[in-house]
Amino acid sequence: MAETKYTEEHEWIRVEGDVGTIGITQYAQEQLGDVVFVDVPAAGRTVAKGEACAVVESVKAASDIYAPASGEVVESNAALADTPGDVNAEPTGKGWFFKLKLADKGELDGLMDEAAYEAFVKSLG
Amino acid sequence: MTEPTAGPLKRTPLYELHRELGARLVPFAGYEMPVQYPTGILVEHTHTRTACGLFDVSHMGQVRLTAKPGHSAAKAMETLVPGDIAGLQPGQQRYTQFTNDAGGILDDLMVTNAGDHLLVVINAACKDADLAHMQKHLSATCEVEPMFSRGLLALQGPQAAAVLSRLVPQVAAMKFMTGAYVEIDGARCYVTRSGYTGGDGYEISTPAEQTDAIARKLLSHPEVKPIGLGARDSLRLEAGLCLYGHDIDTTTTPVEAVLLWSVGKERRVQGGFPGAAVVQKQIAEGSTRKRVGLLPEGKAIAREGAEIVIDGKTVGIVTSGGFSPTMGRAIAMGYVERSQSANGTKVDLMVRGKPVPAEIVPMPFVKHAYYRG
Repeated sequence: MAETKYTEEHEWIRVEGDVGTIGITQYAQEQLGDVVFVDVPAAGRTVAKGEACAVVESVKAASDIYAPASGEVVESNAALADTPGDVNAEPTGKGWFFKLKLADKGELDGLMDEAAYEAFVKSLG
Repeated sequence: MTEPTAGPLKRTPLYELHRELGARLVPFAGYEMPVQYPTGILVEHTHTRTACGLFDVSHMGQVRLTAKPGHSAAKAMETLVPGDIAGLQPGQQRYTQFTNDAGGILDDLMVTNAGDHLLVVINAACKDADLAHMQKHLSATCEVEPMFSRGLLALQGPQAAAVLSRLVPQVAAMKFMTGAYVEIDGARCYVTRSGYTGGDGYEISTPAEQTDAIARKLLSHPEVKPIGLGARDSLRLEAGLCLYGHDIDTTTTPVEAVLLWSVGKERRVQGGFPGAAVVQKQIAEGSTRKRVGLLPEGKAIAREGAEIVIDGKTVGIVTSGGFSPTMGRAIAMGYVERSQSANGTKVDLMVRGKPVPAEIVPMPFVKHAYYRG
């Protein structure tokens, strides 16, 4: 059973077994506007929780994406190179960024569940 | 020049319309301005290139200069700018710059000879300083009349002429960089065939209280969609046009910015504008740096502030960079040492610490489509 958690930086991580798939939320893509380029980390790279490891470029600005947990990148979404608009169209589907083999699933305990994240977004006005 | 940070944001006459259209409003030059509408910047950009976009540029400053008896407003204006203003025939418009004593650019502006007066359009962030500058230097010879409450609409794109000529038939025959007083629904407006997208189009100066009705009327035409400042920026970048405070400022001269085309031929020789000696020396000897177009390889976007590097040595800096929707790739402009500025020169743009290979290329990136008759 997959479980999805959220960060205050508007990333989501969907965990299946010890692999988490990471992307940005609907709220984040709306704020960014049209995404034109995504720089995703290469497979094999080890990232620490909170590390800036991807960049999403919208027409307006570049934004860092932070690793929601520590681990090793096992796959990145190569299709985004040609269709960065997937991030806008399906931010939690085809617009995923990369997959991480989690070093410590306990790190996810501090993240928000869907209800908490929705409340957090609402609080932003 | 500096953006006001205190005080409530000002609103243009189209504020309510922007809200109705679902615009995302952001602070810009002291105004609450639409950066985009719900369709988003890419669609707005493409719509302007293929059909017709309506921009609210009412935040820009409009000033009327009328000569006092025995004086010439054009001659007076030439003491502040290097452009050939005295040579403007009635109805002709010209792009020029206010310069300082070092030849640096205080602002860039449009000047139109409207017959018995000049109409000046200046940048929003500079308009208070520009007005004070004009009042200080021109009040002895001219009435300097700010018209900051007037509306200014830019109607841009290949369908702009078809749309506006339905309301005002005479605009169809107007050529690029000319203007005329016209009536739109009983409102006295000044229309110029100009803009800042690199495409065909018009700017329409409207009485404040009729701006909303005129904008709604233009939007009622099926070709016309509202366009925000986001697309305005990507459009002007594709056209290779400078954004004040980014590509030009008080530290850049018209020569360095490759705006010499806008400096009158006689004025290059005769001077008579602030910083003329500096500009004339740079014309004769060349400036140490110049503004160039940059075409990055790949998809990474080099934005303002990215260093331009050759063989590990910094030779310049990016002043504007972004994604070109028309070309489907990243583009940029910036300043490099003149010795490294030849078209075809290979450089690296430093993006987040990594070199992005790029080439110096001629501008505009997207061919201008001005109507010259």
